[in-house]
Amino acid sequence: MPNDAQTHGIADHRLSPPDYADNFSDLHAPLSDHEALVAADRCYFCHDAPCMDACPTTIDIPLFIRQISTGTADSAANTIFSQNILGGMCARVCPTETLCEEVCVRETAEGKPVLIGLLQRYATDGMMAKAHPFSRAADTGKKIAVIGAGPAGLACAHRLSLNGHTVTVFDARTKGGGLNEFGIAAYKSVDDFAQSEVTWLLSIGGIDMKYDTALGNGLSIDALKADYDAVFLGIGLSGVNALRAEGEDKDNVRDAVDFIEDLRQAPDLGTLKVGRHVVVIGGGMTAVDAAVQSKLLGAENVTMVYRRGKGRMSASGFEQELATSKGVRIIYNAAPLRVIGNGAAQAVEFAYTHTVDGKLENTGETFTIAADQVFKAIGQTLDGAPKGLKLSGGKIKVDAVGQTSDPAIWAGGDCASGGDDLTVTAVAEGRDAADDIHKTLTAEG
Amino acid sequence: MADLTSNFIGIKSPNPFWLASAPPTDKEYNVRRAFEAGWGGVVWKTLGEEGPPIVNVNGPRYGGIYSGDRRLIGLNNIELITDRPLQQNLREIKAVKRDYPDRAMIVSLMVPCEEEAWKTILPVVEETGADGIELNFGCPHGMAERGMGAAVGQVPEYIEMVTRWCKQYTRMPVIVKLTPNITDIRMPAEAAMRGGADAVSLINTINSITSVNLDTFTPEPTIDGWGAHGGYCGPAVKPIALNMVAEIARNEATANLQISGIGGISTWRDAAEFMALGAGNVQVCTAAMTYGFKIVQEMISGLSQYMDEHEMTSTSEIVGRAVPNAKDWQDLNLNYIAKAKIDQDLCIKCGRCFAACEDTSHQAISMSDDRVFEVKNDECIACNLCVLVCPVENCISMEQQAAGTIDERTGKVVEAEYANWTTHPNNPSSVM
Repeated sequence: MPNDAQTHGIADHRLSPPDYADNFSDLHAPLSDHEALVAADRCYFCHDAPCMDACPTTIDIPLFIRQISTGTADSAANTIFSQNILGGMCARVCPTETLCEEVCVRETAEGKPVLIGLLQRYATDGMMAKAHPFSRAADTGKKIAVIGAGPAGLACAHRLSLNGHTVTVFDARTKGGGLNEFGIAAYKSVDDFAQSEVTWLLSIGGIDMKYDTALGNGLSIDALKADYDAVFLGIGLSGVNALRAEGEDKDNVRDAVDFIEDLRQAPDLGTLKVGRHVVVIGGGMTAVDAAVQSKLLGAENVTMVYRRGKGRMSASGFEQELATSKGVRIIYNAAPLRVIGNGAAQAVEFAYTHTVDGKLENTGETFTIAADQVFKAIGQTLDGAPKGLKLSGGKIKVDAVGQTSDPAIWAGGDCASGGDDLTVTAVAEGRDAADDIHKTLTAEG
Repeated sequence: MADLTSNFIGIKSPNPFWLASAPPTDKEYNVRRAFEAGWGGVVWKTLGEEGPPIVNVNGPRYGGIYSGDRRLIGLNNIELITDRPLQQNLREIKAVKRDYPDRAMIVSLMVPCEEEAWKTILPVVEETGADGIELNFGCPHGMAERGMGAAVGQVPEYIEMVTRWCKQYTRMPVIVKLTPNITDIRMPAEAAMRGGADAVSLINTINSITSVNLDTFTPEPTIDGWGAHGGYCGPAVKPIALNMVAEIARNEATANLQISGIGGISTWRDAAEFMALGAGNVQVCTAAMTYGFKIVQEMISGLSQYMDEHEMTSTSEIVGRAVPNAKDWQDLNLNYIAKAKIDQDLCIKCGRCFAACEDTSHQAISMSDDRVFEVKNDECIACNLCVLVCPVENCISMEQQAAGTIDERTGKVVEAEYANWTTHPNNPSSVM
């Protein structure tokens, strides 16, 4: 092992191969049959269950757990997939601690919710290993273009195909999955699950995938509108916010999303270079994913710096605890002033902040942290949306069923207004838009 | 998805899951909710004769028994038949049946044991468009004190007589609901058959007192310091009900009598078990009272998955499949030898199997200093107690010993041939 955690600068192979494998194994091991039965037994089968309301895709959680407890996990999987065709990925990446499990009545009663996420994984993994549970309705003769093969686009495409429509999905990258494939921490989706899920989802048929094709790069919205009966946009947020701090153009100052993407696509984690002293700026899930994975790649010191307080951080309490349990230090209430270094980053100077009359201000006190690698994770922005669509809050403006200001175009997922930027929300929006497209196209008669 | 359509004595329903005559089926409001939730049919809560409705107590009607984690496994009930006017019930039955023509609508009846009373009520029930009637010969509390319910069901001659009246005065199929509070369930079933019943349904509730308050020394549920026995139901009664259903199904005299199975059914599996032992369909109450009407969704999906996995296309393929295997003790193969086996990978080393075997059975499990538990084949009689007390599924199993091997306990060779008690040399009346 040529390098270790103390190797100066940015280095690869800081760990031994078994350490990489161990660090990037499943964050939560799947439940065994016995564990699933014990976990399912704790569900009270609540009426009008709070967990179901808290789920953006409104999965009938009490029903699927009861189905697991009566030995019919495939029926449970059906219950899940009929609402959320990406129920397998959502079981892995959903922040259940702020959704279904937060409102579980056993969380209220005992501080220990039913393990809904893991039970969902138990049911969906079982079914996905066997077959695709649904078959398409008779062909409607309608064609729909879906732009973006992320969670929103895939959910939309699947629901459209289910209803008998023919779908073409265009994606700028070389494979599908969107952020499931490129944007989440590796330990949440091991064994190439994102790709297996895409393959499994597409096995319903009726969906043609066109990769390496993006709006403005071989695709024009007008041509799509002419060639297809409807268009769905699930293009995500491909722009990245700037730090607006001096020196952010120095070497080894990167967007966290790029680092995460490199990591997800790396065939050998040992070849990834990571700094000895890593600083991540931001307070969302992307910041946590970048910080934790830097630590797991062998960085000696990883510091996450967020400009506001703990309570305002968009990463959940669980994610923050995960970060600190892996050895990440989190500094709250500090904003970057400048990146220091001669060509490449060597340190970052921060100012402490406080809120005065609702406005965030620097207190005047500053500090400096050594940093030979700096990751920016302060949010993504909409980029490349078709001209002419109305926007709301920097995103494509949509109504409750995903229709944009253009009656032939629907949108969902992170690029669309409304909802949190979560996989499960994207799935719900893609699915609902598909249902509305179906309604619109079949009503035209 | 498998076809769950059910045809029970000519009454069709989209699935074999009916709600039993009980509090959940007392009113139009509830029954509409039940049908919206997916129930295949209901047996409307028992109607009495025209006149001032009966009255119920105004204190607790139910008592309960819990397993751990406050799971309600037994329910005791002292509610009587409907306490709403007959005409109102009839109006509501008619309205619901009109709106849900594909669901089974059975009306439960209990009037005095007089021909005129039955002759009077049958035409007005028929007029609602109901698909059939169920004769409540089972309620063990209150009404039995007035010569109805279980008081009829405990006298086979009365069962036969009333059933015959009903077959005479209505074209509707007649289901006779039996009380388990008797010594031999085959007698009332045979009486119902003689009277011309199209089917029997069982079990109704079992006489019970759920508990006693040890501060006030009153039986529960308590009404102003006193308690009366009620009718016991829920998951705890299922084994009793299964046996009674099987008794009727394998009785030659009633082998062709249709059975609607009732008693603690909570899941698709419970339902399938009743059907395998001869029930053409099932009725549910306590599970709905505990969890709401939505539980039928699990029953539907579960039975459907089971049928798909077993390549069955009709529920009739399940009905009666286990009946030929339900025998008397004397028929069981005494040459069948099994031994318990503990899967050391699954064992969590709780020691419950050891305690059970060492203290209360045959000292056939050893325990090492480092808590490894192993079966002693030379002591194990395969009683199954260790399997039952083990908290881990499939950790302990019973393994059949192959013919020709030596049973270490007896030192004898395991015989391949079937041999039962009737031919055993130790049996003084064996027929060799």
